[in-house]
Amino acid sequence: MMVFLYLPILMIVLYSFNNTRLSGSWEGFTFDWYLSLLDNRHVKEALINSLSIALVSTAVSTVLGTLAALSLRTLSRRSRGGLNGLLYLPVIIPDIIMGLSLLVLFSQLQLELSKLTVMIAHITFSLSYVYVVVSARLANMGRQLEEAAMDLGASGWQTFRHVTLPQIAPGMIAGALIAFTLSLDDFMVSFFVAGPSSTTLPIYIYGQVKRGISPEINALCTLLILVSVILILLAQYMLNRGKGQKKQKALPF
Amino acid sequence: MNRNKLLLTPVLLWMALFLIVPMLIVIGISLLQRNALGQLQFSFSIEGYKTFFDPLYIGIYWDTIVLSVLTTVICLLISYPMAYYIANASPRVQTWGLLLVTVPFWINFLIRTYAWVLLLRTQGVVNTLLLETGLIAEPLQMLYTPGAVLLGMVYNFIPFMVLPIYVALEQMDKRLLDAASDLGASRWKAFRYVTLPQSRSGMMTGCVLVYVSTSGMFVVSDILGGAKSSMLSNIIQAQFQGARNWPFGAALSVIFVLTSLVMILLFNRAMQARHLNVKEGRS
Repeated sequence: MMVFLYLPILMIVLYSFNNTRLSGSWEGFTFDWYLSLLDNRHVKEALINSLSIALVSTAVSTVLGTLAALSLRTLSRRSRGGLNGLLYLPVIIPDIIMGLSLLVLFSQLQLELSKLTVMIAHITFSLSYVYVVVSARLANMGRQLEEAAMDLGASGWQTFRHVTLPQIAPGMIAGALIAFTLSLDDFMVSFFVAGPSSTTLPIYIYGQVKRGISPEINALCTLLILVSVILILLAQYMLNRGKGQKKQKALPF
Repeated sequence: MNRNKLLLTPVLLWMALFLIVPMLIVIGISLLQRNALGQLQFSFSIEGYKTFFDPLYIGIYWDTIVLSVLTTVICLLISYPMAYYIANASPRVQTWGLLLVTVPFWINFLIRTYAWVLLLRTQGVVNTLLLETGLIAEPLQMLYTPGAVLLGMVYNFIPFMVLPIYVALEQMDKRLLDAASDLGASRWKAFRYVTLPQSRSGMMTGCVLVYVSTSGMFVVSDILGGAKSSMLSNIIQAQFQGARNWPFGAALSVIFVLTSLVMILLFNRAMQARHLNVKEGRS
């Protein structure tokens, strides 16, 4: 079973070092595809787009998601239920629907498709994931420490700054890492809301794959696989940090 | 309390503006017309919905549903034993097993789909191997077939199925199995009447996730199915980005979401019914 899961991925990695343009057979080891990747202007442009979009949308969605988690826990059970549902929506809605509905919105607002529109789209789905992770962390920690701080005379801001924030920080970092990975990896939504000036790496890869295979793509995919896996393992590590913390999963199930 | 409500405002505004409003606009557009230039015309029309009932589109939608259901069922059949094995393994194996299932989940599906192009194309790995071992004389056409699309879908969504089933099996009270065997149940009977019903919620979550993701995915059929195969999502995408027939695209989207909801309810009911049968069988 694991062979089935990993063989295709292994193939990409292997082929990224294969010294041939077309054949399926192994023609010797080479780094050429990685080197030519470095010279590829389009790849560089897409990389810069992807990174800047991911950085901005991660920052905004981490702040918004954390705000939502913090303010929602003080609400009554009923209003919390409804808002919870609203915040889970982007996780449930099919990507294609989210992408096209945002495309429609932007065109009605006469907003030109650009990096900005991609960022807005990425923030919208990332903030849900941040919300899920941070509110799980909040639910785990209880309110005793905050109440104790208030009893000892700390102001609301002091309590937040010295008690709440340090406790939810690992959750926020994990949420941010997930948001970053999601943004870097997203294709379906970006495909609808990206303009010609905001081609991201997945969109570039899609174009290349449709046009036929160039071995450079194997190298690019290998690098992206590496980055995604490292970021997610890091997020998982942040979530499980600290003894006595209940083990959590980075996935929204 | 008041300040907390204030804190909530930016998030609520954001979600309203970029989630709820866009979807409402799509529903609105599905009821509009377009003029000869392809621009929206603000007059009421159900032309978009009418076009859907063309046998061509109905056929494509039927194929999409069949493919999605097939993908879901195959995923379930493959994933259950996997999840079962991981959930009943030693803690060390569990951690590793879960990690190994989750990692592909985080690799871009575009890349995972493209990997199958490397394997399936005429000069691909599978054909090269078969040719060199002399099993076949001519390369097989595997890419751009419906089978390739099904394979790509199943491959992409296995983690969506394994994880929820694992969670359900992990949380189940294992003492029930001891009780069952004390009362003389065979291993199969214990599985059938104790384990299976308890993992129902996990299977349901998995099925819904796989079904919805499969039916909304246009990339896999695009890359592995070639121009021949198209799913409803390919058509929706084309209406918005190529043909610029937004009312039709919007109508298809509304139909897509509605039928997805119906399918989810049906899955739900099917699972529930099975649960009831099991309950009756127990008494």
